Amino acid sequence: MSTYKIAVVGDNDSILGFKTIGIDTYPASDAQTGLSILKKLAGENYGVIFITEELAAELEDVIKELNKRILPAVVLIPNSKGTLGLGMRRIKDNVEKAIGADILFRKEG
Amino acid sequence: MEIRVNPTRMELNRLKKRLKMAERGHKLLKDKRDELIRQFLILVRKNKELREHIEKELSAAFAKFLLARAVMPAETMEEALMYPTRRLSLQITKQNIMSVYAPKMQWDEEEAAEGEGASIYPYGFADTSAELDTSIETLSGILPSLLELAEVEKSVQLLAEEIEKTRRRVNALEYVLIPKLQETSRYITMKLDENERGALTRLMKIKDVVRSKM
Repeated sequence: MSTYKIAVVGDNDSILGFKTIGIDTYPASDAQTGLSILKKLAGENYGVIFITEELAAELEDVIKELNKRILPAVVLIPNSKGTLGLGMRRIKDNVEKAIGADILFRKEG
Repeated sequence: MEIRVNPTRMELNRLKKRLKMAERGHKLLKDKRDELIRQFLILVRKNKELREHIEKELSAAFAKFLLARAVMPAETMEEALMYPTRRLSLQITKQNIMSVYAPKMQWDEEEAAEGEGASIYPYGFADTSAELDTSIETLSGILPSLLELAEVEKSVQLLAEEIEKTRRRVNALEYVLIPKLQETSRYITMKLDENERGALTRLMKIKDVVRSKM
């Protein structure tokens, strides 16, 4: 068992609140900064990285790569402008990959 | 399509052994796949519920936060949030779901220097707005769910990956290797039978020739 840290990456408006509950915040307003931060965090002692959907949409390649490793867990969260539905899409993709057909969201769409 | 082999009895025996092994492997892998899918479905349902819950709560927290930002000067805001009273540390162990290693998380909230019983609010209430308080309360309230979501979502990802791999193996055995082995052993049996018939006919022919010369 070892100790890890938690980070949140995203635009300043969305992540500022996380600081108060003891999560490290890394503001990134564009994909370039987001990419370098994400790469840096992946190499460090972070167990969970929360990232806003808006930013994640532009960094899909890196996130896909990180998803294959056990740690860190990259979790998408909505930002202050609301959700883009990317997080749900990811669940759906996983279901399709594993089962071959979407059986969870069938009723809605 | 068949494997190129010498049509001998020894080869036939070897093939039969391989076929048996392949069939056993196929059965085992199929069982593994079924169980993985069962686990996966349980987790993925949980994942969906958690995500729906969290997206709703977080949006509410952000909305409050934006309001707080709007009514408070930016400097006061920065100042209020500058020194958090909590530090989160995360303990991660591995859990084994059908030989897929997924992280299991436990966390401690350490209270920073201020001492026992410090509130979650790192600021005095005098010059901050009430929206900020509720926003932070919501955030700290959903923290356990957030971490649970991280754990479940990661497990789902890793499981999906493993299921895909296992399914591919099952299919490779079922539709490629096993038919190939069956085909080849049929080919060898036919060839051996044919040789035997050939030998028999030859013997009969020779017998005829020998008899006619007597």
